[in-house]
Amino acid sequence: MIEAHHLTKIFRDKKRGEIFAANDITFRVQPGQIYGLLGANGAGKTTTLRVLATLLAPTRGTATVAGFDVACEAEKVRANVGFLAASTALYGRLTAREMITYFGRLNGMTDPAIRARLKQLSAELDMSEFLDRRCDKFSTGMKQKTSIARTLIHDPAVMIFDEPTLGLDVMTARAIVRFVRDCRGRGKTVIYSTHVMSEVEKLCDVIGIIHGGKLLAEGSLAELRQRFGETDMEEIFVKIVGEEGAS
Amino acid sequence: MNWHNIVTVYLKELKDSLRDRRTLLSTIIIPTLVMPLLTFGVGKVASTVINKAREETPSIAILGGEDSPAVVQQLRESKKFHVVPATANFKQLITDKQLRAAVQIPAGFEAGLKAGAAPAVTIYHYEGELKSQFGVGELERFLRELRDKTVADRLAERSLPTTLAKPFDFKRENVAPPEKVGGNLIGGIVPYLIIILCFSGAMYPAMDLTAGEKERGTMETLLCSPVARVDIVLGKFLMVLTGSLSAMGFMLLSMSTTAFFAGSMFGGGAVRAQAVANAPTSESLIPMIDPIGLIGVVAMVVPVAVMFAAVAFTIALFAKSYKEAQSYLAPLMIVVILPAVIGMLPGIDLNARLALVPLLNLSLVCKEMLSGVWHWNYIAIIFGSSCFYAAIALALAVQMFKREDVIFRT
Ligand SMILES: Nc1ncnc2c1ncn2[C@@H]1O[C@H](COP(=O)(O)OP(=O)(O)OP(=O)(O)O)[C@@H](O)[C@H]1O
Ligand SMILES: [Mg+2]
Repeated sequence: MIEAHHLTKIFRDKKRGEIFAANDITFRVQPGQIYGLLGANGAGKTTTLRVLATLLAPTRGTATVAGFDVACEAEKVRANVGFLAASTALYGRLTAREMITYFGRLNGMTDPAIRARLKQLSAELDMSEFLDRRCDKFSTGMKQKTSIARTLIHDPAVMIFDEPTLGLDVMTARAIVRFVRDCRGRGKTVIYSTHVMSEVEKLCDVIGIIHGGKLLAEGSLAELRQRFGETDMEEIFVKIVGEEGAS
Repeated sequence: MNWHNIVTVYLKELKDSLRDRRTLLSTIIIPTLVMPLLTFGVGKVASTVINKAREETPSIAILGGEDSPAVVQQLRESKKFHVVPATANFKQLITDKQLRAAVQIPAGFEAGLKAGAAPAVTIYHYEGELKSQFGVGELERFLRELRDKTVADRLAERSLPTTLAKPFDFKRENVAPPEKVGGNLIGGIVPYLIIILCFSGAMYPAMDLTAGEKERGTMETLLCSPVARVDIVLGKFLMVLTGSLSAMGFMLLSMSTTAFFAGSMFGGGAVRAQAVANAPTSESLIPMIDPIGLIGVVAMVVPVAVMFAAVAFTIALFAKSYKEAQSYLAPLMIVVILPAVIGMLPGIDLNARLALVPLLNLSLVCKEMLSGVWHWNYIAIIFGSSCFYAAIALALAVQMFKREDVIFRT
């Protein structure tokens, strides 16, 4: 479960002054649900997700993730979150096995538990062939699988994905989408950010449109279609963001 | 603070760093090679050059002396010189190293000697040029002998004792044991090398573990783990410290090995090289090092290594990329080298004020300890102040790591 209440993050920049990267954002994600955060570049997706993952502290507002407060129980939040972003890379000089084992240990798992879990993940993700090779020699697909295994090693209840398909080819991107769906199937709480309309259409139970740090509209695909009288997600998005731009 | 997590982070960083070529180079390979290269390389080259210079018979020119045939004749017959005909451009020839030196015998030199006048002989040479100095040395020895003989002749003529002109004699005797002499020679260069190697040993892991991780995108991955930031900093810091201390350890290890081998198989060249350089005694270039002094040095260096590790870590953490970190830390290297060089200069000794200057105090106290001098009050001040600086630097590193505008600097 993820709950955000009036979450606000302000960056102070010398040139740009105060930047409201997330501005009064309120939403809730239930277990077994995929919440899609749809927004253009600079909309505030990464910032919002980083606050939820406790990488950044909120300026105002509160959020609880898996029942823990992001501000005062950050370590417990992280223990229950798997965070996967385009910006979370692998240690190139470690092998996939060493990388995943390291994160298992950081999550307080015992070595036998890590070994058992790794065996299971490696079978599920079809990783056995490159498990003992160094990550810097991996193809993008292998890297993505290793990263997924890294986020799943401690079997977190909440999964946070920040544009996980960025820069991937169709096949790899589809594999990721399938994997996100699997997470929902296992009852995990999932939040997924993207700027690709078709992905939210296919994947998300609830869609939140974010622009300029603000959550402008929220609802299931059917609700949004009905409310804005359009079937195409892109048209809906332009209508919402355009309306905001005009006002 | 959770020691289990700190150790987990540390062990992973250690494994990762051992696979990084730049870190290996600065923490193991260069420290191991520096002493053997210095002693065998530079020592060997120096002794070869000097021996070659000594084997050469210097070419000299005699200017004037037409009316002093006896002196000219003696110079020509001497095996120590090779007399070449004098030309008007002799100064240019000396500069061009075709001629090592020239000796100007004034007109009426021999007649003047007989008459009791004091004619002056001039030697032309090229200051600082080794072979020219050898030529000058031989010429001066020749003239000194000639003068002594003249004095002896004059005394004999007047039936006076030789002690009239030389009432007493004196000589030098060295009382310092060999390792103390070594302490003064090695004492200068060892602390200097230790300070530089400790810093460069900390510098590369520091950059790799902070700015390097930001650049490669692994910092955010690591921060996603439930481990507290303090534990991450301390684990990483311990790795940087390991780099710094291992640079010192490998340097000392290879120095001891070098000294051991050099003592047995490399007596000749280095000893001569040093004798020529006018050192007080002609002990080996790599003399025995007092092991107690060495232990003292290591103990004094540890808090400074902690400070280096924390400072390098903090500064590199601020940078966004490896390159940026390098551009911050490279100038800092000069700040570190400067006091180390000053400490190496002869004649600068430890006093109460210098004992508070970071790095310079270390350099000076190491020089003393290696030559067997133990000023316990200074040692206490220096150790205490180093620990204090180190604690501040480490606290700063932890604070910096908690700041999101540093970790997520754009
Ligand atoms: N560390 C920071 N310091 C200052 N400003 C920042 C920082 N991080 C993000 N911003 C600013 O906050 C705003 C939101 O950025 P954010 O990265 O959250 O957007 P995004 O929706 O993830 O965009 P993208 O699709 O490009 O990833 C942008 O204007 C960005 O420039
Ligand atoms: Mg983003």
